[in-house]
Amino acid sequence: MKNKNIIYTAIFVILAAVLPVFIKAPYQLHMLILVMMWAVIGTSWNLLGGYAGQVSFGHAAFFGVGAYTAGLLVFHFGISPWWGMLLGPIMAAIVSLPIGLICFRLRGPYFALAMLALGEIFRLLFINLVSITNGARGVLIMPEITSKIFYYYVGLAMLLITVFVTYLIVHSKIGYYLVSIREDQDAATSLGVPTTLYKNFALLPSAFFTGLAGAFYTNYVAFIDPHIVFNLSNISVMVILVVMLGGVATTWGPTVGALIYIFLGEIFRTTLGSANVLIFGILVCLIIMFLPNGIVGELNLIKRIMSRKKESLTGGV
Amino acid sequence: MLLFGQTVICGILLGGMYALIAIGMTLIMGVMKIINLAHGALVMVGMYVTYVCFKEFGIDPYLGMFIAMPVLFFIGCLIQNYMINRLVEVDSILPENQVLLTVGIMLVLTEAMRLMFKSDYRSVSTSYSSSTVMLGDMSISVPMVIGFIIAMAFTFLLHLFLTRTDTGRAIRATAQDRDAAVYMGVNSSRITMITFGIGAALAAAGGSLLLPLFYLWPDIGHLFTAKSFIITILGGMGSTMGAAFGGLALGIAESLGATYISMGYKDIVGLVIFILVLLFLPGGFRSLARR
Amino acid sequence: MSFFEIKNATKKFGGLSAVCNLSFRVEQGEIFGIIGPNGSGKTTVFNLVSRFFPLTSGEIYYKGKRIDTVPAHKICEMGIGRTFQVVKPLRRMSVIENVMAGAFLRTGSMGKARHKAEEIIEFCGLVKYTHREAKGLPIPLRKRLEIARALATGPSLIMLDETCAGLNPKESEEAIDLIRRIKDTGVTIIIVEHIMKVMMGISDRILAINFGSEIAMGKPKDIANHPEVIKAYLGDAYA
Repeated sequence: MKNKNIIYTAIFVILAAVLPVFIKAPYQLHMLILVMMWAVIGTSWNLLGGYAGQVSFGHAAFFGVGAYTAGLLVFHFGISPWWGMLLGPIMAAIVSLPIGLICFRLRGPYFALAMLALGEIFRLLFINLVSITNGARGVLIMPEITSKIFYYYVGLAMLLITVFVTYLIVHSKIGYYLVSIREDQDAATSLGVPTTLYKNFALLPSAFFTGLAGAFYTNYVAFIDPHIVFNLSNISVMVILVVMLGGVATTWGPTVGALIYIFLGEIFRTTLGSANVLIFGILVCLIIMFLPNGIVGELNLIKRIMSRKKESLTGGV
Repeated sequence: MLLFGQTVICGILLGGMYALIAIGMTLIMGVMKIINLAHGALVMVGMYVTYVCFKEFGIDPYLGMFIAMPVLFFIGCLIQNYMINRLVEVDSILPENQVLLTVGIMLVLTEAMRLMFKSDYRSVSTSYSSSTVMLGDMSISVPMVIGFIIAMAFTFLLHLFLTRTDTGRAIRATAQDRDAAVYMGVNSSRITMITFGIGAALAAAGGSLLLPLFYLWPDIGHLFTAKSFIITILGGMGSTMGAAFGGLALGIAESLGATYISMGYKDIVGLVIFILVLLFLPGGFRSLARR
Repeated sequence: MSFFEIKNATKKFGGLSAVCNLSFRVEQGEIFGIIGPNGSGKTTVFNLVSRFFPLTSGEIYYKGKRIDTVPAHKICEMGIGRTFQVVKPLRRMSVIENVMAGAFLRTGSMGKARHKAEEIIEFCGLVKYTHREAKGLPIPLRKRLEIARALATGPSLIMLDETCAGLNPKESEEAIDLIRRIKDTGVTIIIVEHIMKVMMGISDRILAINFGSEIAMGKPKDIANHPEVIKAYLGDAYA
């Protein structure tokens, strides 16, 4: 079974790598770049939310910190924002430590709300600390590279690294412990799992890669402001929807979700005009009501049911 | 000293109206045990209903409120019965599905209003919108006073409803222990639906009272959702009295923050209080009262 | 130095004393039973040992070390495993994944954890269900899974909470057999039950409690005939 997955993944990587040979239109490349960025945010969120079960409503905090690290390097020090791709995730990870310290004392919906509040606090702080962040005016940078193909490959590399690291974590002792925390935190404790420590083991890479996506955003879009990069609805909440769409607690679910989100969103925007967000909202409701484990998740469920049927037909394994 | 007094009174009056909205949320939370992120959107829809009554039919907002309330009650019942109720049977990895559904509902409500009314800021001005009344040397806005009085009246009526009527008692029973209530003959799905309806109606009421004081546009819902949460957690989930005090506390804190720190930091005050309460007093005021 | 000792343990919830000045010792390798009517404080004792909440007063010692101040997750590391009265399977994980979650306490390697899990699964008679999702298991198998998972952590002392509740006689027999085999591997067992027949059959010594305090302690035969115990279970008329 595992070998099949490796083959599928290899095919995907090869296809993705040669795609720009066939797709050269800037508009379409732009869509794909956004897909990769969202896939990175989704995959990182999924580690904390889907696998460890700690549903964060405040991930924009990490995206924004990553984005602003890159932006402020230019704004204050004149250093190339590409260094932000290294420092941004590190800053996001550092910031996640006190956030985890505060929020991991809380469980379930309380945790979700606390993360939401923290995300908003970051947004408001970055608006108000004008001398450091330039406030609501935002930060504008002059990108040295403008070739979309370049950003495509950077995005692809970013995505592959994120998915790979997440995969390694999930299929290790850490992964087992995270899922046990999600399923029953008290049972996990009784098995000797230091739950707070492991929640932080999930939060750190989650924040790191979300920050990486943020720094990438700064480099690609070249303008950031607190309203955009610390946005509650468009980032914090949207990432949860993206992961849910594609499949919670699956390796490629978030990427599938990102594909759907970007392409469907674009189709809606061009065909439905101003009603497009409304239709999107209706779609979200329908998916939550009828496909709660996302597309990949429901596929897995169907696969499992099929294999169990096979098992009972052959008289058990 | 004058500034301080005025600030505090302003905070109390606003807080009373916030409290009405939050009471709606805490009722829903207490009975349904869900986090309703669409609550602010319900407020916003209620405000638009009242706005339309005023703009199209010339009905005074304080009367239009009595139209908005049943409309939102009805909408609330529909949402609960046909959407949120469905999720009870679904088994998903993320228990936060209900929360996310309320996000979806919030999106739908917000965008529907945006389609109808665009994102323009709307406001309502009546003959008395900008009048003030003098309390000693302090000048207090009339709509704030009227709004506060009506909000307190509703809170009192709600209290009577919850303690003196059968339906009210059924609601409290369902909030305390759903299964036990069912064994006692309470139709829990009907009660849940009614509770969501009442919560929505209260949201509409609170919003209508605030209409003369705020600019109205589709995204204003987010603001009220945030405030309601802070108040709900401050007061203790499910406690109407707690929400009343929580509302007053938030109103005063915000008012003081706006006057003495700055407008920008006003919202941070609420959020910081929120986190502190979550960490150190998760039961809110209500748990203090119990000790 | 005794293997396991509770000294003057008291736990108050508000005004209610769930456990009241309770003391007892458990010798290494024995099966120590705790019986008592519902609400007598049996599960609270377990929760105190696993550090789910703190003692109001008193001390708990394990292998001579004081453990009532240690963080909850360290208890298992020190060698004490437990099952829960209301079973807590890791529902969306398979049987083997559940047991591996336990086995990972003693190793970081996937291979070693899986190997250990397979051993335990065989020991507990769950081989047929190895890849079944815990969610789909009936109660008797869930209880056995709970035991298997605790055993995978390599405990020297295991606390079993109402393992036989809700099982029919045949399932109870199987459970008792498993418990005996666990004892044979050298693991000390504290078992809570309120079904007399089960306890009489397997315990070396029994502590009877009611309202959080001891009412009798000794060999099963003596406990069964003890007037206080009979009074607690059957009422004054039978004492």
